[in-house]
Amino acid sequence: MNLFIEIKESIIIAYQAVTAHKMRSMLATLGIVIGITAVTLMQTAIEGINNAFEKSIASVGADVLYIQKFEWFGREDFEYYRNRKDITMQNYEFIKKYTQTADVVSPSVGSMQTLQYGNLNLENVFVIGSTDEYQSTLGINMEDGRFFSSKESEGGYPVVAIGMDVRNAFFPNTNPIGQIIKVGTYSFKIVGVVEKQGSLLGLISLDNRVIIPIEKFFKLYGTKRSLSINVKAKDINALDETREEISSIMRKTRKIPLGGKDDFGVNNQSAFRDTYEQLTSLIKIIGLLITSLSLIVGSVGIANIMFVSVKERTKEIGIRKAIGARKRTILLQFLIESSIICLLGGVIGLSIAFPISLIIDATVLPTSMPLWVVFLGLFISLVFGVLAGFFPAFNAAKMDPVDSLRYE
Amino acid sequence: MSNLIEIKNITKLYEMGEEKLYALRGIDLAIEKNEYVAIMGPSGSGKSTLMNIIGCLDTPTSGDYILNGKDVHEMDDDELAEIRNREIGFVFQTFNLLPRSNALHNVELPLVYSGLPRAERLKRAEDALINVGLSDRMTHKPNELSGGQRQRVAVARALINNPSIILADEPTGNLDTKTGEEIMGLIKELNNKGNTIIIVTHEEDIAKHANRIVKIRDGMIESDKKSS
Repeated sequence: MNLFIEIKESIIIAYQAVTAHKMRSMLATLGIVIGITAVTLMQTAIEGINNAFEKSIASVGADVLYIQKFEWFGREDFEYYRNRKDITMQNYEFIKKYTQTADVVSPSVGSMQTLQYGNLNLENVFVIGSTDEYQSTLGINMEDGRFFSSKESEGGYPVVAIGMDVRNAFFPNTNPIGQIIKVGTYSFKIVGVVEKQGSLLGLISLDNRVIIPIEKFFKLYGTKRSLSINVKAKDINALDETREEISSIMRKTRKIPLGGKDDFGVNNQSAFRDTYEQLTSLIKIIGLLITSLSLIVGSVGIANIMFVSVKERTKEIGIRKAIGARKRTILLQFLIESSIICLLGGVIGLSIAFPISLIIDATVLPTSMPLWVVFLGLFISLVFGVLAGFFPAFNAAKMDPVDSLRYE
Repeated sequence: MSNLIEIKNITKLYEMGEEKLYALRGIDLAIEKNEYVAIMGPSGSGKSTLMNIIGCLDTPTSGDYILNGKDVHEMDDDELAEIRNREIGFVFQTFNLLPRSNALHNVELPLVYSGLPRAERLKRAEDALINVGLSDRMTHKPNELSGGQRQRVAVARALINNPSIILADEPTGNLDTKTGEEIMGLIKELNNKGNTIIIVTHEEDIAKHANRIVKIRDGMIESDKKSS
């Protein structure tokens, strides 16, 4: 096939042209090197931040709705929130009774307490009161032992499941199962250790907590706290239906008239994501625009060199035309040359960006350069190569063979 | 009988602003297969313009040009490129080889533009270089060759695609007399093998190798004589 042979020939010519002017080619491609380094590092950083964010909100559970007194990221007037009623066990029982689309439902309530084991103290531990279904609602796995049972939950037994931070503080080398610790001033028997949960947005540790039966919690700390009702949907794809259903059950129990505003919040992981995206999308766009500028500057440099290269090789173009090169052939030759210079810049840029991304990964934030960023980087440099080479190549292609043969 | 080249009433007009300059003012020329023609004339006579038109590097302002049965005078740039590639072999005064490519690649280049596969290109280029006596210089670049050797490479390149005509523009202009005679011998040999040769020169000594001498003056044919 003709075109294939021409492309092969063009690649050979381009290789000769680039190696014949090594320094010039390197300088020409410097802008692209910097541009590709910047763009890929920017994209890698964005990936890293996104990954970190996703990881840190995974504990919230994508398929779980949290019915609470307030919305997580409410933006309405204070008036709208001021007179809200607490979420109660009655609300929980109604939801549990009437829901069709929820898989499991559990109430939870929390309080900061000091824990004590022997003569060791641990302050500011978050004590959660819930039912045995808390485990399946939030998809919690046990590191050791078990979660408390429904019998223990309903009877308000003094049993506790502890987080990894608590275990590490009290039982670094011993088995905690069956041991007695004090939550506040009351004694509880440890039945299990919850697997490490990490932290929420890197701020709040999810392991510095213990979970006790909610009935016991009420007895010890009273019932005058607003609950969170945690609803796990049967089908994550029908989460909106579940949201509708739970809302209408809540509105019915609270007798909110048609058209009246909700006086409770139905929260979900997506609230975090929405807020995160609002905060970061503009920053991402601006970042990529600024880094793209360096690519544009780089491609102007390539275009400049290509104009010089075409001018220099006027005679060569004349010779090639005299022995049968078509316009297309000459156009292709210079387009491929500029693309190769840009691709070279892309490859160098990527090989600079990759080790830097490893350093960032090891020091600042966990990140990785995804394969698609590598291909995107190469693709972008190819596109800029073609753009930068187009006008010089077009000039070369339309040269008059007689004039260019005469050129010295 | 059918001619290889048939030129009828060709003119070439150059317009420089208001000024109009006729480089050719109605040329009629017919050249048969296997002729050896020298086109002569002083500088400014229009012989270069005529050569460019015969070589399909340029197009006439008016008139007809039929080359090997093909109507060339109305072709577009790419069609002309193809005609140059297949029908015409150029030999230039300044050799016009690609400086960065070796002899073999210079010779094979027309075949690249014809779209031949590499193995065949190389074989034919090697044969062509052997034919002009450069079997031991194939991988040399032009600056590693003498003037005569460079012109031999150019001749090999001109022959590679079996063109209808070899068009030589002052082929000995940059060579010393002895080397020039060698090149003219080579060209004569090609003519003996059946190639059609058109040579453009202003030297009588060179022109006398040809069988027919066409003299141009002021854009018109002054004389057209066949020698025996």
